[in-house]
Amino acid sequence: MAEQTTQIAHPLEPFLRKTTIPHIWCPGCGDGTILNSFVTALKELEVNLDKIAVISGIGCIGRIAGYTNTDSFHTTHGRPIPFAVGVKLANPELNVIVISGDGDLFAIGGNHFIHAARRNIGIKVICSNNFNYGMTGGQQGPTTPLASRTATTPFGNIEHPFNLVHLAAASGAVYVARWTTLHVRRMTESIKKAIQKEGFSFIEIVSPCPEIYGKASKIGTAMDFMNWFKKASVIQNFSDPAQAEITAEKIPVGEFVDVEKPTFEKLLREMTAQAQGKVTGGA
Amino acid sequence: MAIIEQKTIPLNGDEAVAYAVKQSDVDVVAAYPITPQTIIVERFSEYVANGEVDTEFVCVESEHSALAASLTASLTGARAFTATASAGLALMHEMVYVTAGCRAPVVMAVTNRALSAPINIHCDHSDVMAERDSGWIQLWAENAQEVYDSIIQAFRIAEHPDLMTPVMVNLDGFFLSHTLENVQVLPDNVVRKFVGIRQYPLVSDTQGKKVPFKLDPDFPLTMGPLDLPDYYFEHKRQQEEAMHIAPKIIKQVHDEYAKLSGRSYGNGFVDAYNVDDAEIVTVCLGSTAGTTKTVVDQLRSKGIKAGVLRVRTLRPLPVEDIMRALENKKAVAVLDRSNSVGGQGGPFFHEIRHVLYGAQSHPPIVDYVYGLGGRDMPPALIQNIYKDLEEIAKTGKVKNLVQFAGVRE
Repeated sequence: MAEQTTQIAHPLEPFLRKTTIPHIWCPGCGDGTILNSFVTALKELEVNLDKIAVISGIGCIGRIAGYTNTDSFHTTHGRPIPFAVGVKLANPELNVIVISGDGDLFAIGGNHFIHAARRNIGIKVICSNNFNYGMTGGQQGPTTPLASRTATTPFGNIEHPFNLVHLAAASGAVYVARWTTLHVRRMTESIKKAIQKEGFSFIEIVSPCPEIYGKASKIGTAMDFMNWFKKASVIQNFSDPAQAEITAEKIPVGEFVDVEKPTFEKLLREMTAQAQGKVTGGA
Repeated sequence: MAIIEQKTIPLNGDEAVAYAVKQSDVDVVAAYPITPQTIIVERFSEYVANGEVDTEFVCVESEHSALAASLTASLTGARAFTATASAGLALMHEMVYVTAGCRAPVVMAVTNRALSAPINIHCDHSDVMAERDSGWIQLWAENAQEVYDSIIQAFRIAEHPDLMTPVMVNLDGFFLSHTLENVQVLPDNVVRKFVGIRQYPLVSDTQGKKVPFKLDPDFPLTMGPLDLPDYYFEHKRQQEEAMHIAPKIIKQVHDEYAKLSGRSYGNGFVDAYNVDDAEIVTVCLGSTAGTTKTVVDQLRSKGIKAGVLRVRTLRPLPVEDIMRALENKKAVAVLDRSNSVGGQGGPFFHEIRHVLYGAQSHPPIVDYVYGLGGRDMPPALIQNIYKDLEEIAKTGKVKNLVQFAGVRE
């Protein structure tokens, strides 16, 4: 006997572009969790999707610009931040969110990150840190742990990695947090906080890459990554970001910075108004 | 000299590059991952890790840095190599000119790929066409075997003390980079001897003393300084003069290599397939020549006098060879895997048509822009182009100067 079935819409459907789903990320990749957390944050905040712009770079997570049902731009390698800066300055009413990877944001695009943070321009940057260039086959990148094996460091990496939360804090970000994809609810809360905050906000999400990095590094499967995150993560809210290096034994997570500082777009508007007032002889 | 006995191994185009670089006694490789070039650097990093090469290998943070590091390594006298594609080459653009202007004999493999936007990782020639005028010698390969052979030749050409000009070797992304072929490889010692030890031209230092042209504390020189309207023009003219002697060196290296390996590519500049007695001819670059040669064979079996001219050196442009090959034909079609938007045809069409202006007779010539973003160029499409050429040859009339082959209308 045929059973009666009811089609129920996915609760996050309004936030995703159905034509591009299912996504093409590997099984066990953390990017899907980040997408889920991000759109959950949008849903819980009840934001107007027309006021959200998602800007992504090159790398696996770059696909996210095509998956979110918002205005979006999939940029060239390393450049999501300058694209986002243009969007934010042209239309400061938009909530401009950059979602990209460690290779894109901190190697080829590293310069943009430190200067956007320094200026405190009101964009939010979410970084999926999977410790390597996953999409191009797992080369060593700016967050690859010392001694770790990758496609280009078969005998171990000899370069020191960035401590991203320290870099963001030192560069001037007003909100800095780090979670792993194990910390789904906390990650979502941080994203909600960043979206509501004025100024340059940065969230690092430590993310598993079982298919590429997991194999080369011998960390293993997605479950092995999750077990590592569970064992090594220590919540250290507002501890010194300089001491928050990720090691095999310890992944310091939490909120590291939450301060207020005038944003670049606000100061720019004020300066422009003042200059125009002078020209027209007004007040 | 007898042809050297060689082994045949399966290599894709990228692996053929890496294998040739491994054998060429390279001192410094600096690179950054980008599809479809990535395999080159991955394979090479394995050679480094296995201790098979004596090369400093550095994974830098962008393509701009990759070429900057290769350039400066080269200026110290080292043999330097890098590889890139598409957006990576575009990001290098500034350093592409600096490398040529510094006369640094860097060798670079360019795994040709379309440029953004929209993002596309597949083959076309837009990336390298933007670097046509930069002062690099450009070799173009038809298959993985030619990729291997050209990389080895490129070091000899670039580093020739009379030339000192960087060389890029172009291979079609995916069609060549990711396709496995049987490739004949020379023994390591033969390649090492062929590429030899890098020699340096002598230049005058500020005291008028002759010193080797490299950054060396024993013979201090400044490279790349400010060069205002007083001398900049002369230095740019010198690059052009080097390009005029380049054909002699390219030919010499190509012929010497042919004697060793038994492999040659036309006369080293153009590879003319059934062109001599042909009435209708297509002109192309890269891997499309393979398909086109097959179509030419089919047409010949039907008695149609078709030919294909593959250009191997886009820079220096073999003006005389192209002119002689095409001037008496009844109709010519250029196959362009890139477009010059708003420029009436692709950049390759402009090159070939410009050459024919100096010819004694001017065959009707048309352009087919094809294969952008990796769109396939199957034999049927090429057959249609020859059909068009037959019509043009018959009537002498060109209906459409520029067409897009294989695009949805």
